Amino acid sequence: MHVPMNLSATSVEAPQVVAASVSRPLARPPASIGWGLLALALGAIFVLPFVASDFWLSILNYAGIAAVGAIGLNLLTGNTGQVSLGQPFFMGVGCYAAAFAGQDLGLPLPVWLAAAMLMGALVGGLVGPFALRLRGQYLVIVTLGLVLIGLHLWQNLPWLTGGANGRSVLIAARLGPIDFSALSVFGTTLARNQGWFILIWLCALGAGICVLNILNSRSGRALMAIRDREMTASVIGISVSRTKILAFVVSSMLAAAGGALYGGYVRYAAPTEWDLLLGVQYLAMIVVGGTGSVLGSVLGALFVTLMPQVVKLASPYLPFVSFTPGDGGIVSLFALNQILFGLFIIAFLMFAPRGLAGLVPRRRGRPPTPKP
Amino acid sequence: MSELIQLVIGGLSLGSMYALIALGFVVVYKSTGVLNFAQGGLVLCGAYFCYALRNALGLPFALAVLLAVLGTALVAVLIERVVMRRMIGKPVFAVIMITWGLLIILEQVPAAVWGYDLLALGDPWGMGMAGIGGVQVLEVDLWTLGVGAAVMLAVYLFFARSRWGLAMRASALDQEAAMAQGVSPGLVFALAWAIAGVIAALAGVMLSGGVRGLSPELSLIALRAFPAIILGGMDSPVGAVVGGLAIGVAEVLTASYVAQHAPFLGQNFHLVMPYLLMTAFLLVRPYGMFGTKAVGRG
Repeated sequence: MHVPMNLSATSVEAPQVVAASVSRPLARPPASIGWGLLALALGAIFVLPFVASDFWLSILNYAGIAAVGAIGLNLLTGNTGQVSLGQPFFMGVGCYAAAFAGQDLGLPLPVWLAAAMLMGALVGGLVGPFALRLRGQYLVIVTLGLVLIGLHLWQNLPWLTGGANGRSVLIAARLGPIDFSALSVFGTTLARNQGWFILIWLCALGAGICVLNILNSRSGRALMAIRDREMTASVIGISVSRTKILAFVVSSMLAAAGGALYGGYVRYAAPTEWDLLLGVQYLAMIVVGGTGSVLGSVLGALFVTLMPQVVKLASPYLPFVSFTPGDGGIVSLFALNQILFGLFIIAFLMFAPRGLAGLVPRRRGRPPTPKP
Repeated sequence: MSELIQLVIGGLSLGSMYALIALGFVVVYKSTGVLNFAQGGLVLCGAYFCYALRNALGLPFALAVLLAVLGTALVAVLIERVVMRRMIGKPVFAVIMITWGLLIILEQVPAAVWGYDLLALGDPWGMGMAGIGGVQVLEVDLWTLGVGAAVMLAVYLFFARSRWGLAMRASALDQEAAMAQGVSPGLVFALAWAIAGVIAALAGVMLSGGVRGLSPELSLIALRAFPAIILGGMDSPVGAVVGGLAIGVAEVLTASYVAQHAPFLGQNFHLVMPYLLMTAFLLVRPYGMFGTKAVGRG
């Protein structure tokens, strides 16, 4: 059967849409973190563990782990304009690399974290060139495939992942004399959640500073040039494929670090952990938080992690939520969360495209002077 | 030999549904430039509409299907009018994410109403088998092939012969020139989504008919239409059909032969095989069999 609908012979780019203009930059020009904000962040990291309850600390720990991966994804998607669902796959890579180095080989914290990040960067560097060689939005489909292939792989590598049953991830969180699993301050030993809070959020802070520095460099401006108009970027001498791969590698590396922290914190990892929904959640974090903004990644990670907890706390007062079948509610907690999640994505994109970070008042002062 | 023929017919039947889902995707992509992940949600929508009309209202199956198709087209047009129309000119990333948001909602609403259990659609095919010269084929597979072929023919005739089809082709080729000739872009967008809705609903009904049954998992099946799109070329309707059929046959054949001959590849290998095929294809023919290559500097 011949279907002569394929008329467009010159361009595979999406057809020009009415009123399509040069896309406006999504985010404000990146600023370096600034001493005030750094002091504030450090203060929060070292004060919160002593104030917040154990329950909220564990939720905040998950949020911190999510922030590490979201900061990476935002560099790729928010700043470079390449949409990826692949974070869960690289988190899996990082988690199993850390479990292998830290548990099976018994190596210490700096080594298993470095091993996870190295594996993430390596696998990202292998996949990136193929995934990114096409113009247009192929990456999102390729990474969708990557996550599903990864899921199959994790199920079928029992020596590394424990197969369908998952595996324990018992890795030491010890850095020299400091053991984050049982921190000792002035003679009192802190709970595990308190110590891990400090470790996780220090990692998130490190990831944020690292990405901010990239954004303030020549490479960072190249990323944003590619996002805003790929062809113009290539004409002014930016190596488009190399720059995209750089963003992909950094993003995978941070996802792997997040995966390693997740495994270490939970002490267990099932292969079904790294599924497509997680990839969508990471994208939602940067949409809600603010695309192209490091602060936005953190706010988004907090929002997406805290929202289900808030919904859960509110659910006894919502008559339409059902907890057991047949109690008169029409929607389960899981379904309600998912529906709200979808609605938030749509609402933020339509009404607050700069996300939560866009609602934070802009810092006054000179724009950062470009470095050569 | 007859086993192989049976498998190929089963594969073509599954593949023709991948082809329909892919076709709906390509029609929207070509006319509006939107990478529409919500297509799987529309598939689910159509199937559950049909289930509700058949089982809650007790309508005859054919009428239930017809109304489900119209209902899904309406949902699709509403999505276009209320949500997508406002996203015109926004960054591609935002548009992709908004269709994911829609997918999540379209997936969860039926699940919230009808639960996650496997339901019987209430179709007339059931477990019926048809024998043709020693080859035993599921009746639902034959019907699926028939519906698939009929839809493809209808889509072809629509684009080749009808006034609106011509308007849509003109608009995909050069929107401004089409507008100058009096083609309303709003109408083109609405039509594209309506067609996607109609096709998705039919695919949903056929994919959950007979022995297969209906559950929210259906939208995962729709995700396997993406390898078909990559195989065929993102902007080619012919490619969508050929890619869909190829993926369907390849999936059914691997499902049967891997278990016998290569068990080390793992359980459910056939479910990831389409993605492996897609990856391999991206290496050798990145723009698919029929897609148009992007033209641009370096």
